[in-house]
Amino acid sequence: MPILEVDNIHSYYGHIHALKGISISVKKGEIVTLIGANGAGKTTTLRTISGLMKPRHGHVRLEGEDLAPYKPHEIVYKGVAMVPEGRRIFTRLTVMENLEMGAYTRTSKPEIEQDLDRVFALFPRLKERRRQIAGTLSGGEQQMLAIGRALMARPRILLMDEPSMGLAPVLVEAIFDTIQQINKEGTTILLVEQNALMAFSIAHRGYVLQTGEIVLQDNAENLKKNPMVQKAYLGME
Amino acid sequence: MQISAPSFSWKEAVRVGVLGGAIAILISLVGMVAAFGERYIVYGWFSMGQVLFLAPILFMVSLTLRREKASTSSKTVLHSLLAGAVGGVMLAVLVLLGQVINLRAVLVNASPRLYGMLTFNQGLPAGPFVLIAVTALLGAVAGAYHLLPPRWQRTLSQAVIWLILTGLMRDLIMNIVVRWRLVGELFKTVLFASSGLQPIGAIVLLLLIGGLVYWRSGQPAGRGFSLKNQPPTIRWASIAGIVLIFLTLPQILGVYFSEILDNVMMYILMGLGLNIVVGFAGLLDLGYVAFFAIGAYTMGVLTSPELRAEPLTYWQALPFALVISFISGLILGLPVLKLRGDYLAIVTLGFGEIVRLLVLSDWLRPWLGGTQGIQLIAQPRIGSMVLNTQEELYYLFLLGVGIILFIAIRLKDSRLGRAWMALREDEDVAMAMGINHVVVKLLAFATGAVFSGLAGTIFAAKLTSVYPHSMNFLVSINVLALLILGGMGSIPGAFVGALVLIGAPELLREFAEFRYLVYGALLVTMMVTRPEGLWPEERRRLELHEAEEELKGAEPVPAS
Ligand SMILES: Nc1ncnc2c1ncn2[C@@H]1O[C@H](COP(=O)(O)OP(=O)(O)O)[C@@H](O)[C@H]1O
Ligand SMILES: [Mg+2]
Repeated sequence: MPILEVDNIHSYYGHIHALKGISISVKKGEIVTLIGANGAGKTTTLRTISGLMKPRHGHVRLEGEDLAPYKPHEIVYKGVAMVPEGRRIFTRLTVMENLEMGAYTRTSKPEIEQDLDRVFALFPRLKERRRQIAGTLSGGEQQMLAIGRALMARPRILLMDEPSMGLAPVLVEAIFDTIQQINKEGTTILLVEQNALMAFSIAHRGYVLQTGEIVLQDNAENLKKNPMVQKAYLGME
Repeated sequence: MQISAPSFSWKEAVRVGVLGGAIAILISLVGMVAAFGERYIVYGWFSMGQVLFLAPILFMVSLTLRREKASTSSKTVLHSLLAGAVGGVMLAVLVLLGQVINLRAVLVNASPRLYGMLTFNQGLPAGPFVLIAVTALLGAVAGAYHLLPPRWQRTLSQAVIWLILTGLMRDLIMNIVVRWRLVGELFKTVLFASSGLQPIGAIVLLLLIGGLVYWRSGQPAGRGFSLKNQPPTIRWASIAGIVLIFLTLPQILGVYFSEILDNVMMYILMGLGLNIVVGFAGLLDLGYVAFFAIGAYTMGVLTSPELRAEPLTYWQALPFALVISFISGLILGLPVLKLRGDYLAIVTLGFGEIVRLLVLSDWLRPWLGGTQGIQLIAQPRIGSMVLNTQEELYYLFLLGVGIILFIAIRLKDSRLGRAWMALREDEDVAMAMGINHVVVKLLAFATGAVFSGLAGTIFAAKLTSVYPHSMNFLVSINVLALLILGGMGSIPGAFVGALVLIGAPELLREFAEFRYLVYGALLVTMMVTRPEGLWPEERRRLELHEAEEELKGAEPVPAS
């Protein structure tokens, strides 16, 4: 059974039909990527999964359980954590406080300590700057913090919304290496990206989203070779 | 292009002089100078009136000197002298103009008395020249002052400021010290004259304060006195000392100040409550007075024999009042759950007005007394003693503040406190962290409401009556203002803010009808120079000053 199953969801902003029957499944241990141009509906998909929006039709299931009756904060307790688009760290809190906030749903102190060590091992920079006000971090460090914060929830599935957004190419590579490492350590990841090349380099499988519909799905290798993908997302002719 | 620090040029000097002179003219024409002509700072030497028209010129000159860097020391002094003289010329023009045309027809305060004050009573041909000479001299002094080493600057400025304050506050200080015979006599014979200070007292005071400041600024610059860094014995001793001071304050200060203190404490209670709503949770509530009213009226309804055959005592009614406040906090919270920012502010404002109009209404008159309010409200008893004097009520307030302070501190570091903080920063992301924003928001409103309700009950007991007109919108604004003044989100800030905002106007009674003018000027100055508040929350201070500190402490390390 997949960890996450998005089954034919339709989401709306008022009259705007943003998602027109989307189905995605993510199996345990995978990195699955969802790529698409601006406005395709990627963020809307993640918002629907995490309960911030309710689909008008269709279901989101976590290990077989329908998430429809749950509120957004309850869905976090079920094991869904998010790295939101544009990072959205708590800019006026310290790095440490941001991470503590990420562990809000947790109760076991030793486990939290353990995860903190893990985050600091992944991002030594954050350890150096743990007393600093988060708003004063650089863009790359803020992205690390957003990821670290989500990991502090020890999620069963991690949703990431365009982690490469606004970062210099070197930093993007570093962030993607870390994402891969996080996955190898056992976290299942649904990665939303516009940077298709980078996304395919670490993902196992992928979906291509266009104006609220899935137009392609395959493993990453095949997607990379797909002429339509190459033309539209990889900038090749 | 050459980059150099802008120097204090003669053009700048004239500009500064004109500005200073303009402010001085304004203060003169408002009537303050003449009104304080007889209010001596040092008896027979100089009065508050003179301070009022000389200080702006001096202030402008030194303000500019602090920003600009002069090329040479002689130029600095010369240009400051020029600036001072220009200020003096402006005032002199006012005086001369007053001789030619009758300014009084439009400007009621342009009186011969004012002209006399401005010219140091030196009559006509000489007067204006004396004035210009004095301001020029003062300007030069400001320039010279600027050349002193910082330690001496601080010593001088603090000594002078304290001298002026002490002279001005003579009556208030005497009011306190007459109660202690020996000190009272000493102050009366050596320090103070019938108005202001005695010359000899002034000199002693100058030396004393100057010496103290000089010595203090020689001490290694720590990060200030922090209880946390002290060994346990000192820590506990200081805490015990502070508690003792608070316990004996009414004895030290007497009735008049106890009443002010009671007022301050009432606002501290409300401040601590609103601090949770606005400071911690970031929910801008402008109808906060509603809960104060609900607390006070619940106390009134339950304990006044006017309304009940068998009235309760204060202590019996208290739990009801708190529970009802809590519930009304929830009731306010429910409809505004989805609102943010300005919308929230407007709706809560409406809530405050609704409560005020309800207690005022004829419709509820049989229960709440309408415009007449409620009288004969019970005062708390302890054993056989009724707490009814200002001093006794002080202890009730102190107890209330103590308990609320404890709760507020514990809440701040609790899980709930964290959740509030996240909510304040970013509501959507807070939800994505697993925070139940509905519960957390409602708890913020309800907790704040309980604190305010408690303040209301003590208020009702203090006056033994409540009226609808005490429950007006200005109370909400005052509480919000004291939080901003003290530092939003900061618990000690609520104390400092209440003390300054509620306490200071009482001290400023010295300024009579100019009280609110001075008060407004003080507030504006404070907010310009310390936007983060007087005692800001640590993170706010970091946020606003981290950049500055980084610049100051910057090592020439290449950026990584
Ligand atoms: N808050 C909103 N209100 C109305 N329409 C929205 C809102 N957010 C997104 N949309 C619309 O929904 C569509 C999908 O948006 P989004 O999910 O943000 O796309 P992506 O994340 O792929 O860039 C777009 O057409 C966008 O204009
Ligand atoms: Mg998006």
